[in-house]
Amino acid sequence: MKVPQQAAKFEELAMPLFDQLYNFARWLTQDTAEAEDLVQETYTKALRGFSSFQLGTNFRAWMYRILRNSFLSSRTGLKVTVAIDEDADESSLPSESNTPESILISQATRDSVQQALADLPVPFREILLLCEVEEMSYQEIGETLAIPIGTVMSRLFRARKALRDLLLKQNQGGRHGM
Amino acid sequence: MACEQWRGKLDAYVDGELESPEANALGTHLRSCASCAADALGRVQMKRSVQMAGQRYTASAELRNRITKIAAAKPRRSSGWLWILAVPALSVLVLSVALNWYVRRETARHQRVYSELADLHVAALASATPVDVVSTDRHTVKPWFQGKIPFTFNLPDLQGSEFTLLGGRVTYLAQTPGAHLIYQIRKHEVSVFIFQDRGEETAGAPSGPVSAASFNAENWTQGGLRYFVVGDVSANDIQALSKLLKDAG
Repeated sequence: MKVPQQAAKFEELAMPLFDQLYNFARWLTQDTAEAEDLVQETYTKALRGFSSFQLGTNFRAWMYRILRNSFLSSRTGLKVTVAIDEDADESSLPSESNTPESILISQATRDSVQQALADLPVPFREILLLCEVEEMSYQEIGETLAIPIGTVMSRLFRARKALRDLLLKQNQGGRHGM
Repeated sequence: MACEQWRGKLDAYVDGELESPEANALGTHLRSCASCAADALGRVQMKRSVQMAGQRYTASAELRNRITKIAAAKPRRSSGWLWILAVPALSVLVLSVALNWYVRRETARHQRVYSELADLHVAALASATPVDVVSTDRHTVKPWFQGKIPFTFNLPDLQGSEFTLLGGRVTYLAQTPGAHLIYQIRKHEVSVFIFQDRGEETAGAPSGPVSAASFNAENWTQGGLRYFVVGDVSANDIQALSKLLKDAG
């Protein structure tokens, strides 16, 4: 029978993503109840639209895209969405070098990195999570965020820089406080 | 290649996104250049820190159970009912039941599109910032959407009509981005939604006027775009705004 097969297929593809989708939703919303609602909405929408999903294309990117779009059109999403100036393209990627401070930052504590991630604007936070935590390729990130690969690269570059700046600031603040 | 040129590629290198000839060349360079090697190491450590810090939240068992039930459910838009047609003994009765069911299901699908649009309309108006670009000038609103949605559209000149443009925002219907414009007429707000005409979800609703749950609506396809006009104003007002949009598009 076609229908149960399709349901089984959906479950088989979608459930392994559950933990990661929740983690991502919780980072986006910064709230447990909202993250739970968002994950539930994502699965409901995905199941409803599963017949239009083409097997063989990237299911994970498809699920993340649904989750992210649902978040963007939620009340919190609309409030926190910041327009990011995408003028920098691949060819004009700055070649700024990592200064010795960045080595210092790389040894920052887990708490301070979590704080800095939470403080980043949503477009930067989400692209870092997709790249580092979900270990998505640039291609997959592009599909998830509906942006070209050049933009993935420039946004990632800027997100990393913003994170470094925040960590540096924390570090300096901590030193002054002592 | 000088260090300066390699530095621009270090991020792609540590992300595993450089093509192998270039990655090999950069690898060779890193073995002979302490400063670039330290730089690459810093980036790798940073990636590790974010990876560890990002794995932060664990869902409750209750949510997992809820989601498992949803994922195991039968997809609503299936075509599994067709097997019924293969049972000849029950053909007439079953056919009429199936047909009735099919019509109701299609109607429900259309209503879902409208109820989702009505939700978007109400949610936007209830929001503290109903529009993200606030302007009565179509020449401000239209360019604002550039780069935010994958298509462009024309907006009507409202001179001589009772409508005022309040502004616009980006919206999503069935995971497809689109434009949401809000117009005002006699203190009532009317939403205009524009999407690319390719999603089955948006195409699910037949063209023409609709009236449901105190909302009036109209929709049509023009120039590859699907337009929806939704509001709690009279059907005549909806038609008037639709005509202005059709003439402009």
